Amino acid sequence: MSRAFTPKVVTANDLRSGEVVYLAETGEWVPEHGRAELITDEAEAQLRLLQAEGQSLTVVGAYLAEARPGPRGPEPVHFREAFRTRGPSNYAHGKQAEAAGATLPRT
Amino acid sequence: MYRYNDFDEAFLAERNAQFRAQVERRLSGALTEEEFRPLRLMNGLYLQLHAYMLRVAIPYGTLSSAQMRQLALIAERWDKGYGHFTTRQNIQFNWPKLTDVPDMLDALAEVGLHAIQTSGNTIRNVTADHFAGAAADEIEDPRPVAELLRQWSTDHPEFQFLPRKFKIAVTGSPNDRAVTKSHDIGLRMIRNEAGEPGYEVIAGGGLGRTPMLGKVLRDFLPKADLLPYVEAILATYNLIGRRDNKYKARIKITVHEEGLEKFRSLVEAEFARIRPAFGGADQALLAEIEAHFAPPAFAAKDAAAYEAGRADPVFRAWADTNLAPHKRDDHAIVSISLKAHGQTPGDATAGQMRLMADLADAYAYGELRISHEQNVILPHVAKADLPVLHARLLKAGLGTANIGLVSDIIACPGMDYCALATARSIPIAQEIATRFEELKLEHEIGPLKIKISGCINACGHHHVGHIGILGLDRAGVENYQITLGGDHTESAAIGDRAGPGFSAEELIPAIERLLLAYLEFRAEPAETFLMAYRRLGPEPFKAALYPGEAARDAA
Repeated sequence: MSRAFTPKVVTANDLRSGEVVYLAETGEWVPEHGRAELITDEAEAQLRLLQAEGQSLTVVGAYLAEARPGPRGPEPVHFREAFRTRGPSNYAHGKQAEAAGATLPRT
Repeated sequence: MYRYNDFDEAFLAERNAQFRAQVERRLSGALTEEEFRPLRLMNGLYLQLHAYMLRVAIPYGTLSSAQMRQLALIAERWDKGYGHFTTRQNIQFNWPKLTDVPDMLDALAEVGLHAIQTSGNTIRNVTADHFAGAAADEIEDPRPVAELLRQWSTDHPEFQFLPRKFKIAVTGSPNDRAVTKSHDIGLRMIRNEAGEPGYEVIAGGGLGRTPMLGKVLRDFLPKADLLPYVEAILATYNLIGRRDNKYKARIKITVHEEGLEKFRSLVEAEFARIRPAFGGADQALLAEIEAHFAPPAFAAKDAAAYEAGRADPVFRAWADTNLAPHKRDDHAIVSISLKAHGQTPGDATAGQMRLMADLADAYAYGELRISHEQNVILPHVAKADLPVLHARLLKAGLGTANIGLVSDIIACPGMDYCALATARSIPIAQEIATRFEELKLEHEIGPLKIKISGCINACGHHHVGHIGILGLDRAGVENYQITLGGDHTESAAIGDRAGPGFSAEELIPAIERLLLAYLEFRAEPAETFLMAYRRLGPEPFKAALYPGEAARDAA
């Protein structure tokens, strides 16, 4: 028996800057995990991933990452994804250091 | 130091122009990511967790002061003001933008550096003893041969699509500081009965998922046969190495599955076939390269200032740990620790890089080395200059007296940066170093190698650490396995797994119990942790790591 589908977000890295980005419901790529679209349906998740992979002039390495609902939008489930929302633990670099930036343009 | 000739410069300029055009085609959509990925990897550009990462080769660990300054400039202009020195004598920039990388590569080329073949299934950066050309115990400087291998392997058409990556290390000393037995090919310079220098050729070593020590293919290979013999090994591996399973594709598996005798006979047959084609051009080139590595014009200086300086306990502590014997009595080899307690192992800021370059110019004939242990070496320093050098290092936070001690930890970037990692390494290294600094036990414990990897690929060499730590993901939580009794030197050994893993919180107290037990059990202060482990076996150390279980067994 296959396991129940767990909610996902689509995540990737920005092609030019390499920054971690998430796919929002609007189809925009946003830097904050909390603004990502939380996808609860498996077929929909696969479709959204295919759409993301089609945006190769904007992002690189798109994949589905497990997430769960939280008070400020979707939250990462695994610690790897939690690190990607912040940056490294040895320096205040990456997202933890940068003010929430503007969303990236759609192509 | 090797200086690029017109051919080298033209080659690199063309390669960089090609990559610039490849980046443009990726950005315009003319190349898909699938097409672009192998091209960027060939040029050292990875995609990591938070950003791209550019891995730059520091061939055989040797840098000029001008090269070090250029690394500082690159760190400041295109990265976040620092660089990370790795366990294979590379430097990694953790935050480059794809659009900046062509300019970074051009800036590297200005000082004869590149990122070619720092990734991919090719022959990677050829590493060497970081004391090469300076060590008192050295037979010959291994760097000319390493440079010959670099030139031969760069863009070698036969070896661009090997079954898997391929790493070569060379040492010219009987004391192996280059971890030759954990490389795909390890070359150890030795002398035969007639006193002629040649190589012991070791193949099939490697850490990672299936750790294996290299096996001796040839007890003694004459120097002039080196290049054709290495080519014969590569050609043999390229043909019969497995391509069906990534995890069985390294040469260590080929040698293991085929058997040493069969593998050797295939290599010898290939060697016999190709050796006549090597008509001496390689030896002429080697002779030319050797001229580049002529030792500096050493200035004889009275070491009285050094002896007087030893009255200062801070200087003396540093001198006792951070100096190694130089081939000249009036000089020393200085290791600059990039392991200040609580700092990230192997990281240097642009300011520190510039200072080290300045110190190299002032006191070390303009030369620096990067060690696989993630420290920086000034290979030739007159003893008379050591007190003033030490004072300047201290001021810059680079005077930590801990080389070879508990806090001189090798750590891979782990899940703070690496896309392959299963757990973090850096915070563990920081916490161990900070804890033993608090306990003031570091010098009491003495020589100890702690090596930490954040995944099974073992970039942090945990298998050959006296204490190895492997970070894993156990059901969504970071978990750390300890191995004991590993050894990275000429008496190389793979450590034994001590038992179940520890959480990050449990790990530091466990290491503390382990080392307090060592202090209790050692026969005398001169008996190191590794010696005590070899004498006593694992049981008393396991009992210290898992006290509850020992109590249960006794009940």
